[in-house]
Amino acid sequence: MTPILLDTGDMILAGGLIVGCVALSLVLSLGIHRTLIVAAIRMAAQLVLTGSVLLFVFGRSSVWLTLLVLAFMFSAATFEVGSRQVARLTPVWHFGIGGFSTATGTIIVVLVGLLTALQPHPWYQARTAIPMTGLLLGNVMNATSLSMNTLLSMVSRERAAIEARLILGATRAEAMNSLIRQSIRTALIPTLNQMAAAGVITLPGIMTGQILAGMNPLDASKYQIVLMSLIVSGNMIGATLSAILTSARLSDARGRLRLDHLAR
Amino acid sequence: MIEGVSAPQAGDVLARGLSVRALRNAHAGPFAFDVPAGACLVITGMSGAGKSVLLRMMADLDPHQGDVALDGRFCSAMSAHRWRRQVVYLPAEPGWWSDSVLDHMPDDALTRELMAKAGLRAGVLNDPVHRLSTGERQRLALVRGLRLAPRALLMDEPCSALDGGTTLMVEAMMRDVMAGGTAIVLVSHDAAQAVRMADLRRELAQGHFVGADS
Repeated sequence: MTPILLDTGDMILAGGLIVGCVALSLVLSLGIHRTLIVAAIRMAAQLVLTGSVLLFVFGRSSVWLTLLVLAFMFSAATFEVGSRQVARLTPVWHFGIGGFSTATGTIIVVLVGLLTALQPHPWYQARTAIPMTGLLLGNVMNATSLSMNTLLSMVSRERAAIEARLILGATRAEAMNSLIRQSIRTALIPTLNQMAAAGVITLPGIMTGQILAGMNPLDASKYQIVLMSLIVSGNMIGATLSAILTSARLSDARGRLRLDHLAR
Repeated sequence: MIEGVSAPQAGDVLARGLSVRALRNAHAGPFAFDVPAGACLVITGMSGAGKSVLLRMMADLDPHQGDVALDGRFCSAMSAHRWRRQVVYLPAEPGWWSDSVLDHMPDDALTRELMAKAGLRAGVLNDPVHRLSTGERQRLALVRGLRLAPRALLMDEPCSALDGGTTLMVEAMMRDVMAGGTAIVLVSHDAAQAVRMADLRRELAQGHFVGADS
């Protein structure tokens, strides 16, 4: 079986759907039409560009070219992971912690995946390594971003509660413990939902893709199980690292809560 | 800049009690004073004069220069959480990390005894924090702090939400802990309370002490 290919008509249909959403935003005064248009154009351009670049990179089997593409993906993730929090750390720390946590979580699970389950030859083969990293990177980035967002937006509100613990002799780890755990839990909710819904409510992306590309559904489901496990592990690592590092940055060695480390 | 007279030198600190040395941040200080064990220093001054800033620096809750010693041991020489366990700061608006009072203190004999002294009905232990009155919360925070048997208490307007009779009960509790050797720094707007409680008095204006010791 060959994959079903899409033609120009299908692309126009996709564009029409976006225009419909924009119209709805205008009618309902949602105020998101501008963002929506920018996002749609950006998405289309990014994906077409990516398709072309991947076509090129897959064509030549160069480890350096693969690494270059990966480096670009990690840089973009570092920027995106820190872009949507309302409360923020000062820029270097904000993007530093977000990028470091995302990269660490992703790299660990990508290596686990490439060196054990998938084992392409060679292991850095672009056709496997790049899509796999992209998939995991996007997920870990989401979890990290949510984790940071929860912690940063709650810490100012919970200031009195955190200091109440500090005043009574708690260490900074003890005082911020519940906030850290709540941030990690919040960050993992979408992943947990995704896992619970997998196969019952939704057909997960990888499995759908593999089936559309002609793979036997049972084999596709095994693929999805491995990838889902990698995703949840990467998310856990990214969310945990970013929550711990962010809370460490918002306190100091003398166990003080340092909200002055938030960007004004 | 007017400072209190006879500012002690760093190095000679009280063997028993609180000694503040060259304590300052960008907005307030430098401060240098002693509060002997069992004594109460009352600090008065207008809103924004830096009273809470001073107490927070003493509890090492805000970055600062200078140091504070308790019974001859400097804050900088011990871990911050051990310092705060002995030098307990009670802010004007106490914080609560959950809505259940029992998450903040166990229902034991010590809690019951302190609550009775503070004139709190036993039922508050089972009430959600958000339903308690400001005065009840203030006194519960005092109970929570006193359970640690602190060597020094830094109290920011502890009776601001209390009626006259209850204020006297809280003052009696303060005298109890002073009799046990605890040093108290009390920030108060209540002139009568200052007269009743003060062994020492200082007035703060624009981040500095004004006038002489009394």
